[in-house]
Amino acid sequence: MATVTNTPADTHTADHGHDDHHHGAPKGILRWVLTTNHKDIGTLYLWFAFIMFLVGGAMAMVIRAELFQPGLQIVDPNFFNQMTTVHGLIMVFGAVMPAFTGLANWLVPMMIGAPDMALPRMNNWSFWILPFAFLILLSSLFLEGGGPNFGWTFYAPLSTTYSGDSTALFVFSVHIMGISSIMGAINVIVTILNMRAPGMTLMKMPMFVWTWLITAFLLIAVMPVLAAAVTMVLTDKFFGTSFFDAAGGGDPVMFQHIFWFFGHPEVYIMILPAFGIISQIVPTFSRKKLFGYASMVYATASIALLSFIVWAHHMFTTGMPVGAEMFFMFATMLISVPTGVKVFNWVATMWRGSLTFEIPMMFAIAFIVLFTIGGLSGLMLAITPVDFQYHDTYFVVAHFHYVLVTGAVFSIMAAVYYWLPKWTGKMFDVTLAKWHFWCSLISVNVLFFPMHFVGLAGMPRRIPDYALQFADFNKWISIGGFAFGLSQLIFLVLIVKACRKQGEPVTDQVWEGAEGLEWEIPSPAPYHTFDTPPVVK
Amino acid sequence: MAVEETNSDNQKDAGDMPTNTQRPNHAKTVGKLVFVVVAMFGFGFALVPLYEVFCELTGINGKTSDTAAVYEPIEIDKTRTITVDFITRTNTGMPWEFKAVTKRVEINPGELSEVAFYVRNPASRDIIAQAIPSVSPGQAALYVNKTECFCFRHQPLKSGEEAVMPMVFYIDPQLPEDINYFTLQYTLYDITERVDEPVDVAMNSIQGR
Ligand code: HEM
Ligand SMILES: [Cu+2]
Repeated sequence: MATVTNTPADTHTADHGHDDHHHGAPKGILRWVLTTNHKDIGTLYLWFAFIMFLVGGAMAMVIRAELFQPGLQIVDPNFFNQMTTVHGLIMVFGAVMPAFTGLANWLVPMMIGAPDMALPRMNNWSFWILPFAFLILLSSLFLEGGGPNFGWTFYAPLSTTYSGDSTALFVFSVHIMGISSIMGAINVIVTILNMRAPGMTLMKMPMFVWTWLITAFLLIAVMPVLAAAVTMVLTDKFFGTSFFDAAGGGDPVMFQHIFWFFGHPEVYIMILPAFGIISQIVPTFSRKKLFGYASMVYATASIALLSFIVWAHHMFTTGMPVGAEMFFMFATMLISVPTGVKVFNWVATMWRGSLTFEIPMMFAIAFIVLFTIGGLSGLMLAITPVDFQYHDTYFVVAHFHYVLVTGAVFSIMAAVYYWLPKWTGKMFDVTLAKWHFWCSLISVNVLFFPMHFVGLAGMPRRIPDYALQFADFNKWISIGGFAFGLSQLIFLVLIVKACRKQGEPVTDQVWEGAEGLEWEIPSPAPYHTFDTPPVVK
Repeated sequence: MAVEETNSDNQKDAGDMPTNTQRPNHAKTVGKLVFVVVAMFGFGFALVPLYEVFCELTGINGKTSDTAAVYEPIEIDKTRTITVDFITRTNTGMPWEFKAVTKRVEINPGELSEVAFYVRNPASRDIIAQAIPSVSPGQAALYVNKTECFCFRHQPLKSGEEAVMPMVFYIDPQLPEDINYFTLQYTLYDITERVDEPVDVAMNSIQGR
């Protein structure tokens, strides 16, 4: 899309005084602690996200082991609840969001021709407070009384009246996570608005940059609301306020309104960057321009705006007036229109393209198909009377795992495969990658598809035991779960090999059809790029 | 904090990278964004009064007014009969017995009606209670006018005491046409620990009548 006229072959400028500018990265552990380099910080975020993905995944294995058979066999119900809660929190705030932030750090400056993020030292802080947030959260599991057990949505009064003392640690860790993502978002916005190379107009920006810009605005709009919600939970629990306590004049339903005012935009925070990634990958391997670039931008923006007026579709069963239920039902359905625009654009991009099916493309196509399944189950849930039956069943679990695992997580994997050769300068182990793809693809469907059926049949979510008629499906779900978990170890091996720089060297462009500034700098990407801004025509 | 940081970054960058000619003022952008963050944090809390006002105006959370209404003789609408059911429950950990003496009334809009609730404190300690009303469907809440209700006050009972608590109300004749049946539920909460009143004054609303 954007062409560069004076590509700096050697991106180092000769005339400045910092030694590290000349000799690449400094050595040793302090490099990682003190780094302000966007590529280092991107790497830190991505490794952190991957470790959290494995930790949260281990908790999912505990959940599926308990649900392998009906009856209580492995863990006690309270611990089971802690597992579902912390699994959700880790996957949302520890895996998916940091992974996207890591990708933004690596890619946004390279894509817009900037030398680094706008606020490099704040960047360092926003990463390094994250490990502490999760250490606090995880350590609460080992305290007397256990960690949080009220679900990742921490509904009052479960999180206020009925929770343990570790709630204070939960609140503290969520605050830190929030500060981290707000700082990250501010950095992304300032970088994109202020540091684009000459000629890189807004409507020439790659879709990944666009989707991240909009995501960052969503983040600064709703993460503070989450912070307010946890603060109110904290004061209700420990300082005698009654925001959510009916006895003192508060209202527990109000908690849900505040939480979902954050919560629904949050789910789009976890999917808009994925849309951006897919919009980068599909054109490359179709060897065509992205179909409907402008409509993609407008669709992303309207999804973001609409996401503020649909929150109560999570609360249909709280006893809203019919008028409100109708409003939220139709507003929710309206969101699937711009979402559909995106899916059609990707398909139209592939239409009559010269398609090849490299690993990133396989993940991207799997994303398109499986995310659409998740979108369709979402549409079913949006129908108020239908939701009365599906709410709080495994059908909802199936819905959000299709959009989040085969959606957000698959897009992150696609992105890693797509840009990894640019980062390391070597092609990853393609055989392992194929194993990873096919094992993940099959197991993830064995894992999540039957959840639709048990959900429709009435199996409630967040329970450690279930009625006998659900036994067969749950056995299969658990088998799929273990297989999906194991498949990710293939990914781990592949990444470790890639970081050790094993594999065939790649060209600067890496993929034949790839276009954009990041493919015009050398592979591996030098420690400093675009110290002299490129000129984009 | 972020703003200061930007300033220093800017200075550093300005000295550091003379090659990059157009370096706009990051501090200004950051300042605006930090303002949005602070405003949205405030908005999170502002949702609380907004929610309350909204519910008070629309009545959709089923809460009746917590102050006494004044009954001015109005025309009684004999053409409609409204059925009102009374339901009681106690919150978890609240040991009182709590029953509606009158389980149901059938009244005309505008007509004053008195009902009674029975409470007993079987626990070995003195307890102060607060009753919270909830009307379902919620829209009816706006049209329930109570001239007297035990829920307007804290209700103390000594260990072993019992009492009958009155509630007097009328239905506003403006009650929407499609509502001719609703439920009024009271939940009793133990608020002894929140309030410091001693439980020795018999409150005037708790009397055997
Ligand atoms: C076509 C678009 C979508 C529609 C119409 C839709 C609709 C819904 C509805 C109505 C619910 C509430 C179900 C219930 O609790 O009864 C729900 C739950 C959920 N959705 Fe979606 N959704 C859509 C897309 C997405 C996307 C893109 C994501 C995330 C990437 C997502 C994540 C979630 C999550 C996490 C929940 C469950 C939250 C919880 O209760 O723990 N959805 N969705
Ligand atoms: Cu939602």
